[in-house]
Amino acid sequence: MRQLPTLPLPAPAPPAEGYSRREALVMGLFALAAAATATGCSAADKLAYEEFVQKHFKDLSPEELKDRLASMEKRYTEQYGKDVHVSATPPQAGVLFGYALDLSRCIGCRRCVYGCVEENNQSRDPQTHWITVLEMDKEEGVNLQNANAFYDHETVPAPGKFYMPVACQHCENPPCVKVCPVQATWKEPDGIVVIDYDWCIGCRNCIAACPYGARRFNWGTPSIPKDELNPNTEYLGNRPRQRGVVEKCSFCLQRVRKGLYPKCVEVCPVGARKFGNLLDPDSEIRYIIENKRVFILKEELNTQPKFFYYYGL
Amino acid sequence: MNVIRRFGSFVTGTARMALVGGNRYYYAWLAVLAVCIVQAGFAFAHQFQHGLISTNMRDSVSWGFYIGNFTFLVGVAAAAVLLVVPAYVYDWKPIKEVALFGELLAVCSIVMCLLFVLVDMGRPDRFWHILPFVGHMNLPGAIMAWDAVVLNIYLAVNLIVASYLVYCGYHGVHYNKKFVWPLVIFSIPMAISIHTVTAFLYNGMASRPYWNSAILAPRFIASAFCSGPALLLILFQILRKVSAFEIKDEAIHKVAELMAYAMGFNLFLFGAEVFKEYYSNTHHLVHYEYLFAGLHGTPSPIALYAWMSLAFAVISFLLFLIPKTRRNVITMNVGCVLIYASVYIEKGIALIIPGFTPDQLGQVYEYVPSATELRVAAGVFGIGFLLFTLMVKVSVAILFERAHGAEAHA
Repeated sequence: MRQLPTLPLPAPAPPAEGYSRREALVMGLFALAAAATATGCSAADKLAYEEFVQKHFKDLSPEELKDRLASMEKRYTEQYGKDVHVSATPPQAGVLFGYALDLSRCIGCRRCVYGCVEENNQSRDPQTHWITVLEMDKEEGVNLQNANAFYDHETVPAPGKFYMPVACQHCENPPCVKVCPVQATWKEPDGIVVIDYDWCIGCRNCIAACPYGARRFNWGTPSIPKDELNPNTEYLGNRPRQRGVVEKCSFCLQRVRKGLYPKCVEVCPVGARKFGNLLDPDSEIRYIIENKRVFILKEELNTQPKFFYYYGL
Repeated sequence: MNVIRRFGSFVTGTARMALVGGNRYYYAWLAVLAVCIVQAGFAFAHQFQHGLISTNMRDSVSWGFYIGNFTFLVGVAAAAVLLVVPAYVYDWKPIKEVALFGELLAVCSIVMCLLFVLVDMGRPDRFWHILPFVGHMNLPGAIMAWDAVVLNIYLAVNLIVASYLVYCGYHGVHYNKKFVWPLVIFSIPMAISIHTVTAFLYNGMASRPYWNSAILAPRFIASAFCSGPALLLILFQILRKVSAFEIKDEAIHKVAELMAYAMGFNLFLFGAEVFKEYYSNTHHLVHYEYLFAGLHGTPSPIALYAWMSLAFAVISFLLFLIPKTRRNVITMNVGCVLIYASVYIEKGIALIIPGFTPDQLGQVYEYVPSATELRVAAGVFGIGFLLFTLMVKVSVAILFERAHGAEAHA
């Protein structure tokens, strides 16, 4: 596997200033709760309190972030009985991630779907999939109104059909980010749209606003068998989620920011999936965009996806 | 100290008024509401424990019955206060009472709205994330944040005015017109704004062609102008019977006439929407096909309701348009019930569900509310109606029965 070019990591951002009033207010608001927990509190109570007053990711100072990551690691390690790492790898300067998918190669095997589930710690029961593979008629072409996401054949590809996997398109102009009432989801400088699971209130406005059906809500309590948990996790990526919050594809943040390909790219048996740095003129992704017949989904909505479909053959 | 004593006397006095001296039907009504609320408590406890998986909402149809009810009630809240406008223009005698009851209804509707939002949230414990200063309110970008702002201002204004009027009445002091009227006047554009912002919440999403239409907000206002007054007309007739509240027949007929115009306009806007979708016959038509018939040869579970809503709207429009039927007590009340039912179906069912069906990738998930959703919703309505009943009871006691009560107090 070819390694992505590694770029120098930017220095950690200076701590946000001017939140003293907010901090004071939060502390005041929860002084009573604190008093209540202090009297005869168990470890679980303390944790619940910590979760309740948890700050927005962007408001955490470097020290607070370190503490937060450590306490998460401790909790997940206890919960899953193995060493779990939680990092908050910052985006790299000069990188804008882009994805390309070759519709003429995809055979609809859904290996990407299940590879993603394992890599990104999606719930097994109830089942959550970040990638939806649509089956459509070759004769008709791309027509979502006749697409079937629930095809179930003995073997794929089925005669006369073609397949179109859809996940988060990591729009440059993401409608989900615009509608979030609490800024729990945002676009990172490297183009990845992320979610702070500890800040999301579960209103699901983003699910309504996403034109690609890419977002998933944890309707029930997500569960992952201990031995199946991927212990290499990211705060804004694949760490275990809670009930009542939204999640979605993160371009495998935990991999791509360390120079690895997303899991779906790695497991695709036919090489239909391509990934790279859109700002690098020599990258494979740039070659595809410049030389292949490329299109984006729902172009008229001006969401400007960084996910490109193309016909490579 | 005096202020505290006066306030204490107000609280205990109004509590007594709310609970003492009703007739058999009054207590039976309270009992029904109590049952609604208690059973909903159990249903909500179940939902809170297991998550929203106990509803029938899923990723395809991610908003359902709760948000439909929320939308409907925003309309009721808006229109209740808008009734002050004709009351002023046509110089009805009891304008103060009309304004007061409108505001009480607005307060209760907004309380129900906020409860519906709360039960729909995945993490209600994190409600504080949307508060200004302590949370991260996404302004000016997120319409939902704007909605939280205008709904809470509207609630505050109406609560202040209504409780001030009742408080003054309780102590037999004349209310300060200079304080009340500016707030009442302010609440009129606020009423328009809460329903407009709520419409924009849906309207602004290009991902959902069913809502992405410029006449959605005008349709919201027009339909609200039907449902809100329908409730108040029925209330006025009951109050006229059981208390000293007086309202002339002409005033009631005038409201019915205005409702006919609002419903006519609502039907016209709806017709414009239907024409655009069916004549242009794009892929966006699927949502209307799901609303009125069904997709891929499967009948839609909401089609019957959609047709009912349309039929009720047309019938009530005619009943209120024809002077003879709107002046007849029976046909007018039938009209009120039909108009209320029509708008309730339109907002509660026909607005939300087809917007999500089929979903963004063309998949059809047939949503019907679960038992938990119906039970929780019944409880929210129970709380709202209970609040409204108690507040109306107190207001009536203070406004119309204080004559000798005040003497005893003095």
